[in-house]
Amino acid sequence: MRLGHGVIALKGIIKRELWRFLRQRERFIAALVRPLVWLFVFAAGFRSTLGIAIIPPYETYILYEVYIAAGLIGMIQLFNGMQSSLSMVYDREMGSMKTLLISPLPRWFLLMGKLLAGTSVSILQAYVFLLIAWFYDIQAPLLGYVTLFPALVLAGLMLGALGMLLSSFIKQLENFAGVMNFVIFPMFFMSTALYPLWKIKESSELLHTLASYNPFSQAVELIRFALYGQFNSYAFVYTLAAFIVFMAVAVWGYNPSKGMMVKKGGGPR
Amino acid sequence: MSNPSVDSLAVKTLSYAYGNKAALKDIDFSIGPGECTILLGPNGAGKSTLFSLITHLYNSRDGQILINGWDIKKQSCAALAHLGVVFQQTTLDMDLSVLQNLHYHASLHGMTRRQATARIQEELERQGMLERQNEKVRQLNGGHRRRVEIARALLHKPSLLLLDEPTVGLDVSSRKGIVEHVHALCENDNLSVLWATHLIDEIHPSDQLIVLHQGAIKAQGSVSEVCNGRSADDISQTFQQLTQAKAS
Repeated sequence: MRLGHGVIALKGIIKRELWRFLRQRERFIAALVRPLVWLFVFAAGFRSTLGIAIIPPYETYILYEVYIAAGLIGMIQLFNGMQSSLSMVYDREMGSMKTLLISPLPRWFLLMGKLLAGTSVSILQAYVFLLIAWFYDIQAPLLGYVTLFPALVLAGLMLGALGMLLSSFIKQLENFAGVMNFVIFPMFFMSTALYPLWKIKESSELLHTLASYNPFSQAVELIRFALYGQFNSYAFVYTLAAFIVFMAVAVWGYNPSKGMMVKKGGGPR
Repeated sequence: MSNPSVDSLAVKTLSYAYGNKAALKDIDFSIGPGECTILLGPNGAGKSTLFSLITHLYNSRDGQILINGWDIKKQSCAALAHLGVVFQQTTLDMDLSVLQNLHYHASLHGMTRRQATARIQEELERQGMLERQNEKVRQLNGGHRRRVEIARALLHKPSLLLLDEPTVGLDVSSRKGIVEHVHALCENDNLSVLWATHLIDEIHPSDQLIVLHQGAIKAQGSVSEVCNGRSADDISQTFQQLTQAKAS
């Protein structure tokens, strides 16, 4: 593969994803409304019942809205990853996935390009959300908005790879509802997005264990620390490892000798 | 571009099965530069499976596929660079414009913006679609979408064009237009074509023919070679005879 070819193709894949996203205004609005409802309604309602102790990276007592903001950025990326996965299943059913897969580039590169494209969209959404949150008095140090960027890239890639992995195993669009019930909601609620680990431990040891092993928790912690200009090395390594595993399985899932199209009709002998 | 000394497509002893059900059995054929080969078979004959193998969407352990001399399994990138494909189902992005769809394809083939713009203008002009380049694909009718797909498949100047039942669902004049255009491409541009269909009237007398039935090739050669020696008056009756016989 020529380097120049790879760069042009990558730009093309990302540009197409952004075109599609901007053309689908409802998707853009829905992607923003969801976390904003959680912020303005859910978090406001729970403000008085959930007190947050001083825990890193925060240096003082914080409002619940401030705590939940990092989790909601994670939510944006989680839903975007699943949305990309949904659109891949749709593209596959509609056939446009074929045009990507028959390009003269290695399959892993094409999937990685698709993943980077989806991540770019989720980063755009996250910063728009943060801009609105700024006016709601949820303000991180200015440097935090810069250090947040690489964390969003890694978290977005990990959650996008998870979506891609799922899309390689989902045979039909109709089965996607199952993914919502069995992947997105458990991942979101059994994580540190809404409540810190010590708070979960007070209620249930089992939930605490599940939440601490949940890769989404680590992605949220990576984002939370980065937003305050700090680096959480454990969350970074955990998220990176999860990304590598998810991506490897997704590439395997899209392998033509095993891959998604073969599964639709059977398998090679 | 095509190499005149190498077949644009060579398929050698290719077999494929879904589980225990054989979909293709010992398929052997080749297409030379500038040849238009019609892959004729009823629904379920294995045409789409064969296309999926040639485009590397499926992988077969048995047999070999060479595109312009490149092995699709071992040198898939080089092989796919010589291939243009029009699938049976529209694979354009409905929410994007004609131009955006074509630029996306050009970027996947590593074409620079300037190269892509020049080629897009050229192909759209040839298809009579230049004035519709800024329209959303969703606004185009079936025939126009097909024309855009053919333009897209030719953007990177492939030596082999695959068309999987491209006229399904089109009106008579659109069908005729596409059939004539593709045949002209073979004659004028030395483009090789593999055209899967079950419609007899899409065959030209100069075409090569492969009759596929129940996963096996029942006959191949020029139209007259396939018809000769059979108690049939024309290609339509020959096709019926070949595809009504039980597979051996």
